[in-house]
Amino acid sequence: MSDRLKDRLATAAFWAAAVLVTVLLAWLLAWILGRGLRYVDWSFLSFPPSNFEAGGGIGPQLFNSVWLLLISMLITVPVALFSAVYLAEYSGPGFFSSAIRLSLETLTSLPSIVIGLFGLLVFVNFAHLGYSVLAGALALTVLNLPAMVRIAEEALRAVPSELREASLALGVDHWETVRRVVLPAAFPSLLTGLILIAGRVFGEAAALLYTAGMSSPDISFTELDPTSPRSPWNLLRAGETLAVHIWKVNSEGVVPDARRVADGSAAVLVLVVLLFNLGARWAGRRMSRKMTGL
Amino acid sequence: MSKTGPRPGPPRLVVGAAAVLVVVTAAVVVFIAWRGLATFLVNKVHPFEFLAGVVWRPDRPAAEGGPLVGILPFLAGSVIVSTLAVAMSTPLSVASAVFVTEVAPNWGLRVLQPAIEVFAGIPSVVYGWVGLNVLVPFIRNHLGGLGFSVLAGALVLSVMVMPTIVGVAVDALKAVPLELKNAAYGLGSTRWQFIRYVLLPAARGGVLTGVVLGLSRAFGETLAVQMVIGNTRLVPRSLLSPAVTLTSGIAMDMGHTAAGSLWNNALWSMALVLLATSFLFIVVIRLVGGKGAAG
Repeated sequence: MSDRLKDRLATAAFWAAAVLVTVLLAWLLAWILGRGLRYVDWSFLSFPPSNFEAGGGIGPQLFNSVWLLLISMLITVPVALFSAVYLAEYSGPGFFSSAIRLSLETLTSLPSIVIGLFGLLVFVNFAHLGYSVLAGALALTVLNLPAMVRIAEEALRAVPSELREASLALGVDHWETVRRVVLPAAFPSLLTGLILIAGRVFGEAAALLYTAGMSSPDISFTELDPTSPRSPWNLLRAGETLAVHIWKVNSEGVVPDARRVADGSAAVLVLVVLLFNLGARWAGRRMSRKMTGL
Repeated sequence: MSKTGPRPGPPRLVVGAAAVLVVVTAAVVVFIAWRGLATFLVNKVHPFEFLAGVVWRPDRPAAEGGPLVGILPFLAGSVIVSTLAVAMSTPLSVASAVFVTEVAPNWGLRVLQPAIEVFAGIPSVVYGWVGLNVLVPFIRNHLGGLGFSVLAGALVLSVMVMPTIVGVAVDALKAVPLELKNAAYGLGSTRWQFIRYVLLPAARGGVLTGVVLGLSRAFGETLAVQMVIGNTRLVPRSLLSPAVTLTSGIAMDMGHTAAGSLWNNALWSMALVLLATSFLFIVVIRLVGGKGAAG
């Protein structure tokens, strides 16, 4: 076989691999959305699930997914951002820096079920939070932190050093340079990364089974007392998310239409993930256009 | 250089945030280790019996000889399923990475990389749900057995670890210096010869890191596998037999065992095994990443 023929065959094989991956994704999306979207309507999205009969919705679970994500991001973002500032701007060689690196590596490689168990032990039991939105959000934070720090550090390091030097040369101190020059310049990539991570966390279930719990009270937006278990904003009520719900209806199989609920929920989850993906791309493009003035 | 004073260090806020990371990680390790060691320290189960025992009957009554907690079925299931998944995923993932960096960067950037990002975003339970409705019946009808099997678990995982392997491999391939490429083409090699004899060997360390990271993801993945693997607490005999993994075992039983019981303690010990495995993967990644990397 001549070298040129081998080269042609190899090229064909690489294209075949790429086409296979793309087709697989297209099929997967078509399968999930094709089966599930027909069940998705306003009542499916807003009604609470029913316990033993057919016809339940996913209202509370959908809200819980968003609410947990939001609470967890409120904790994750500042911790991750300042840690990334330390790593990108201040850290040198030394014990503390290598301890942070090792911590990040460890957290990254921990299975999410182990993080869930840690949450069960520390947040649910020791801190007496019980199966709650807050315990779930804290577990999600532990899960999120390493990825968020990595993305933030990359974003900060990608800021051209000329910007920093110009600011320092003007006599601005380091911390103010970070706040006024580096962070704003890194903002578009920070935002893009944040949205991508949010998309991934939205579908997390293993870390939440034993922290946010596998049930949710029927929430009501007319309930104004934030300590009532029916209040959507109550951080100490159980907060089963959509992804956990799919797993639960599937493994318990008590409702007769578990298949319909799981199909519809899977379609909603995938739609949200797609929206987050598109949103990240759109935000990244729009912001960088704004910053470069094109 | 004249100095007016010591250079100001990082503000407390910044150091504090970084310290939170270290404290949280230390807490995870300490708490999991503390609860995980109870099986051996409180219940006096021998670590060897625990790791190498093939009988998992934590509810066996005392009349029959008392409970047995051998986790070899879980351990074997995890190792077999994740190794198989990575073995199936690696050729396709590395080919995709080469496609993106060398063969058709334009296509790769516009179609393949965004597609792989979407793969990474699809939730684990959704993968499990698709596997349960497509793979399990397919295996049952065309290959035999119950359908719930090692093969179904490995196939689902092979798709799930692809984004990890592709992502790291793409970075490694991009880090190969342009001079090597120019030299190879300057000597008249074809693209395939360049990829086969220059690019892949030069990026070996990085690509291997991606493979090990994929393996560690597969090992820790929980619900997708749990939904398709059948969860029989026996060491699997073939690709088509059902099995169980460390993660799926914990996810299923943790909710209905009483804290302090041997059964519950054994689940925490399984979590400790997962934690130890994570450290093992970190060490392996440091070893392979340090060798043969061009960039």
